[in-house]
Amino acid sequence: MEYFIELFFSGLTRGAIYALIALGYTMVYGIIGLINFAHGEIYMIGAFTSFVVATVLSIYGFPLLSIILLAGLAAAVWSASYGYTVEKIAYRPLRHAPRLSALISAIGMSIFLQNYVLLAQSPDFQPFPELIPDFEFMEPFAHVVGSSDVVILLTTALVMVGLTLLIKFSRLGKAMRATAQDRTMAMLVGIDVNKIISMTFIIGSSLAAIGGMLIASHIGQINFFIGFIAGIKAFTAAVLGGIGSIPGAVLGGFVLGLTESFATGYVSSDYEDVFAFSLLVLILIFKPAGLLGREAAEKV
Amino acid sequence: MFSLEQLKKSLLVSLWFAFLTFPLLVIKVDPIQRTVLWRWENMVLVAIGSFLVSLLVRVFNQHQERRRERRAAGGIAEREPLIQVILREPKYLYPLSAAVLLCSLIFPHLVSTYQTNILITALMYVMLGLGLNIVVGLAGLLDLGYVAFYAVGAYSYALLNYHFDVGFWMALPIGALLAAMFGVLLGFPVLRLRGDYLAIVTLGFGEIIRLILENWNEFSQGPSGISNIPRPGFFGVELSLESAILYLYYIMIAMVIFTIFVVNRLQDSRIGRAWVALREDEIACQAMGIDKRKTKLTAFALGATWAGMVGVIFAAKTTFINPASFTFLESAIILCIVVLGGMGSIFGVIVGALVLILLPEYLRALSDYRMLAFGAVLVTMMIFRPQGVVANIRRSYQFRANPDGEGQ
Amino acid sequence: MNKPVLQVDGLSMDFGGIRAMCELDLEVHRGQIVALIGPNGAGKTTFFNCVTGIYNPTAGNIFLNPPDGSKPIRLNGLKPNQVTRKGMARTFQNIRLFQKMTVLENVMIGRHCRTSSYIFGAVFRTRATVREERETVEKSYRILQKVGLAGAVNELAENLPYGAQRRLEIARALATEPFLLLLDEPAAGMNPQETRELDELINRIRDEGHSILLIEHDMKLVMSLSDKIFVVDYGRKIAEGSPREVSSDPAVIKAYLGEDIDA
Repeated sequence: MEYFIELFFSGLTRGAIYALIALGYTMVYGIIGLINFAHGEIYMIGAFTSFVVATVLSIYGFPLLSIILLAGLAAAVWSASYGYTVEKIAYRPLRHAPRLSALISAIGMSIFLQNYVLLAQSPDFQPFPELIPDFEFMEPFAHVVGSSDVVILLTTALVMVGLTLLIKFSRLGKAMRATAQDRTMAMLVGIDVNKIISMTFIIGSSLAAIGGMLIASHIGQINFFIGFIAGIKAFTAAVLGGIGSIPGAVLGGFVLGLTESFATGYVSSDYEDVFAFSLLVLILIFKPAGLLGREAAEKV
Repeated sequence: MFSLEQLKKSLLVSLWFAFLTFPLLVIKVDPIQRTVLWRWENMVLVAIGSFLVSLLVRVFNQHQERRRERRAAGGIAEREPLIQVILREPKYLYPLSAAVLLCSLIFPHLVSTYQTNILITALMYVMLGLGLNIVVGLAGLLDLGYVAFYAVGAYSYALLNYHFDVGFWMALPIGALLAAMFGVLLGFPVLRLRGDYLAIVTLGFGEIIRLILENWNEFSQGPSGISNIPRPGFFGVELSLESAILYLYYIMIAMVIFTIFVVNRLQDSRIGRAWVALREDEIACQAMGIDKRKTKLTAFALGATWAGMVGVIFAAKTTFINPASFTFLESAIILCIVVLGGMGSIFGVIVGALVLILLPEYLRALSDYRMLAFGAVLVTMMIFRPQGVVANIRRSYQFRANPDGEGQ
Repeated sequence: MNKPVLQVDGLSMDFGGIRAMCELDLEVHRGQIVALIGPNGAGKTTFFNCVTGIYNPTAGNIFLNPPDGSKPIRLNGLKPNQVTRKGMARTFQNIRLFQKMTVLENVMIGRHCRTSSYIFGAVFRTRATVREERETVEKSYRILQKVGLAGAVNELAENLPYGAQRRLEIARALATEPFLLLLDEPAAGMNPQETRELDELINRIRDEGHSILLIEHDMKLVMSLSDKIFVVDYGRKIAEGSPREVSSDPAVIKAYLGEDIDA
């Protein structure tokens, strides 16, 4: 039973991170109908930025809390900037081109960013400073759930609530929903569609960056390649929940996280990634609209 | 030449990139020694570089704009590029092809075995590119797991040889067939998906195959791979290393010619047209009576067949294979070849393969930047020249102007 | 009287609970030009999409009766390509040509379902394939002559002017050898001169033995062409009859001009 609970919490933690990344996929897909292949790299860049900033600050002897805040802020700011730039360079010029072109451009961007970090930083795994201390009140549960799990879950929950409020009630959120529904119409009623799309990338990228920092400090190491796998998995989560749907991305993230956790815990850890990919393939074949998505008929 | 406005904009771009690359390109930390290295020179390089690139793009766009205006005004007739004329006119094409063939036949006698080996690799990528070209270039199906079929081919030869002592020439068709079967098996369920889903499912599939090869030790000997795979046999004669490589080189030349022959005949055939039509508009295609699934499946399986064949050759060439040779990057390189050369264009793909494989070999200093450049190539080509370096030109038909309209 | 070539009974289509089309009956007889008209959003294109297999209708039956007298074919549940093979081809309201292919190739695609050579034939250029290929080229060229595009065979479809693209769509559909041709707003975006030529072309196609069902907003064209008109509004049939009957039908006038005038 204890093992079960341990697996359950580790699944939730994974799921939370997948959900954070999946939100970016789903928001971008909802608004411009493109799978942003480079999104995983944005997450990786977030993790790397926070790694660099946190390490520098800790070397210069800053207190822990300020390190957490500054590293998180830097990760979000730079990831958002990268997301914004990627959209502007690689996707915006192709908005009216065939879908295949935009997809290839996205893959190119993903390969480019991966190798950029490889060359700029290091091909090896880097130890990530431990940012989240072990809380004393967690002591009695420490054998099944760690402090960083709790922090990750709480942060994720907070971010999700914030995002939901933003999209439901703010002007920006309304404009985003309008653009997602009908871009031309949104333009006609005076919404600056380019700006909204940029904002979508910025928000999605910051969420991914926060996810990147949390998971890196949870696992304790990073390298340039983490974005590739995490990207596919988060995409799986987005598809699982129904791509384009925000609650779907969250649900999908948790379902995937738990599935993975139990499968590796009870079946075999060698095939960790195979489970996720197989789930993706199965979902797309049997229920391409996802758990919460709606079947969309193509307009003829 | 540049207006002040342009310079100002480019300056902003350069500042932006300096900011963007600051944490990753300037700061380098050593978490063990707890030291920080500030590489300010990188920031200067990025600033200057992005300034120049930004200016270049501006000039290019201006140039395009002006050309478009002139064309719209009917000022100049579009001149057909020289390369297209050569490719179209048999009187240029045939002697040229013969010359290229002759050169490639005597080439290995002029250079070292090492060079021949590199050329064999390049020719393998020509074949892989032409195979993927059927799937991506003609049929418009973005297959990101192409390397999986390549792996199937390589492992079928390695394993069949290991367990049953099957020779190269037997393994070649078997590997091709097995890869085709995998293509059909995967294609059957996923080909009804929309294009972008197809891309990610094939990507996932490629990874699954690799992970299985890596972890299923009893089957594939895991990450340590399979060694002592024999090179192609020459009627039972034992060949020295040099002549074996030479022999393989000629096999490759023959295979490439075979591939060009097949793809060339396919692309202007009934099925080839159906692929292109499918790429252009699926719904219209179906409304014209084309069976979407069958047509896609054919393209997918045919592409896989080629990957399977090259896989067998790869195993025979290196005599050792392990899962590390079949990562996503391999698929990305092949895709890059097709995109750079020109989707759907045979000559373009050949050029693409030779450039992308030989250039990093000979510019060793740049080989670290290889994948970075490949990524950049994909993006740049899509934005500035989506048809590739050598665009595919549709076949034209001549008709006599009689009222019956007899075909050519 | 002969059986109608197209017979639609009680066709309904729901989209997630919204009824886009409600129990529509429609018939096209051999050699007729039939028009389906109605205000925007009345469900005309939905009707086409159901009949041609792009949508699967919620209820109702669609039958084709081939003019050669073979037994009726039920189209429900068939895929678009199967429907086309059975002898019914269509054009699209928002032109869907194969832009990067030549004009001739676009028409040759239409021949796909009447030919059969495959990979083996293509690679080895068997005699049957060569013959079939020559036939495809010739027939396609003849169709292009018919629609007046013979001068542009090697042009890319995307470089054609708008009116010519519409005619190319018709040519492509004709290449599938349909006995029934469905035209979705063939005159949309054409100037008066082009529309007149289209009128002639459609008549000529009918005279060659094809039956035609068309959706059109250009009332002048509809009135001059059609043998029979069906009027739909809000997914329901509100009138049917000859052009004269329909144009004086109060329900039709109400649908087109609004409630107030009627009162």
